[in-house]
Amino acid sequence: MNTTTVWGYRRENGTAGVRNHVVILPLDDISNAAAEGVAKLIPGTLALPHPYGRLQFGEDLELHFRTLIGAGSNPNVAACIVIGIEPIWTKRVADGIRKTGKPVEMFSIEGVGDLKTIERASRVAKEFLQAATELRRVEVPLEQLRISMKCGESDTTTGLASCPTCGVVAERLTKKGATFIFGETSELTGGEDIVAARMATEELRGKFMTMYNGYIDMIKSSGADLLGSQPTMGNIAGGLTTIEEKALGNIQKIGKCTVVGVLEPAVAPSGPGLHFMDSSSAAAEFVTLMCAAGAVIHLFPTGQGNIIGNPIEPVIKISGNPNTVATMSEHIDVDVTGILTRELTLEQAGDKLMEMIVRTANGRFTAAEALGHREFVPTKLYRSA
Amino acid sequence: MAHKFLVHAPDDSVGVAIREIEAGEAVEGVVLSDNSVVTVKATQKIPLGHKIALQSIAAGATVIKYSIPIGVATSAIKPGEHVHVQNVKSGRW
Repeated sequence: MNTTTVWGYRRENGTAGVRNHVVILPLDDISNAAAEGVAKLIPGTLALPHPYGRLQFGEDLELHFRTLIGAGSNPNVAACIVIGIEPIWTKRVADGIRKTGKPVEMFSIEGVGDLKTIERASRVAKEFLQAATELRRVEVPLEQLRISMKCGESDTTTGLASCPTCGVVAERLTKKGATFIFGETSELTGGEDIVAARMATEELRGKFMTMYNGYIDMIKSSGADLLGSQPTMGNIAGGLTTIEEKALGNIQKIGKCTVVGVLEPAVAPSGPGLHFMDSSSAAAEFVTLMCAAGAVIHLFPTGQGNIIGNPIEPVIKISGNPNTVATMSEHIDVDVTGILTRELTLEQAGDKLMEMIVRTANGRFTAAEALGHREFVPTKLYRSA
Repeated sequence: MAHKFLVHAPDDSVGVAIREIEAGEAVEGVVLSDNSVVTVKATQKIPLGHKIALQSIAAGATVIKYSIPIGVATSAIKPGEHVHVQNVKSGRW
């Protein structure tokens, strides 16, 4: 199989996507109904309801804006309609997405009401959808796809099989100039020194350790016992005993790669190579941040069977746990159980994953897409005003 | 496939069961980094994915996996025992 090029969508700003969504993006929680109304009237468009966007402030508000602008700007999006209750913040998000050059329109509801807003937005959505369906896939070098990685409901098999498989692929593709992103700040605990040692420069190392220590201080300041949360109950059922053990399995995903960037949440990498993003380890929050950073395919190793998907970024599930592959087969895209039985080498597992990345990029729905998993969960840093 | 557990590194004090191991069963494992074979007799049932002790670990001593400490033994652990939350705790929180 040809794993050097894929059939993707070339966007106005030169980036490459693998899906062609027309997104109806609510700025805030109370605009969800209008956004979903448009998506009902114009089937084929994609509403992204979420619970936030009102009375947020400071860093939390900035992250909300970055997340929405990033999601609308993702190369898997052909065009975007932003709907908010009032025009000022709505315009801020619409203008941010418009910088990519893709078609964007905005509507605000105050003084008009839901029904007229839905009608007006639907007329534009119809035009956007027709234009998007005329776009043709073109040949794109695989390394031009921005790829993100995070595992979930991990167990000891993720550290043995599915995470190292991602590591093989990350090594191969970053060597060719691809851009990869990983994160899960608290979940590096026990392996943070290993990640710190991989930083390309002293400056990055300092930035990473500041982020790491800040996150851990925040968690510890709660005074709560983290056993059951990190590691999760599922992790423990799967045989993971401590956060250190979980972390050492987790970081197998970065293989032997050097880390060339340390990113704030929802910030896009500025160049190729492997980047770390300060982020929660909760699957839906994490992949939403990756989608906002422009990642177009997510690699998701799972042991016990995390079922997460994202509306914009296809999530490829890789598992090396024979029980999970048998009992939750509808959720698993790549079976690497052969690594445990020593019937599959890591390099062969890497080949299998590369092939699934290419098939997914070419248009094959991942298990999560086929099952309708569309978790869009912006990260919220603190209480609203 | 004779092996029933895998070991990440030669100095690890635990292996990971890749199939369920019965109490009393003498089992063979493979060390991934050098393909060497180790054997141990399980004293307890070890579910798939769970850890089996390959050596004695004193209470308070670190448990080693991937050649790196993954936690501290909260009680003495004998070879062949199930190593998990009942006898190991994080060194971090």
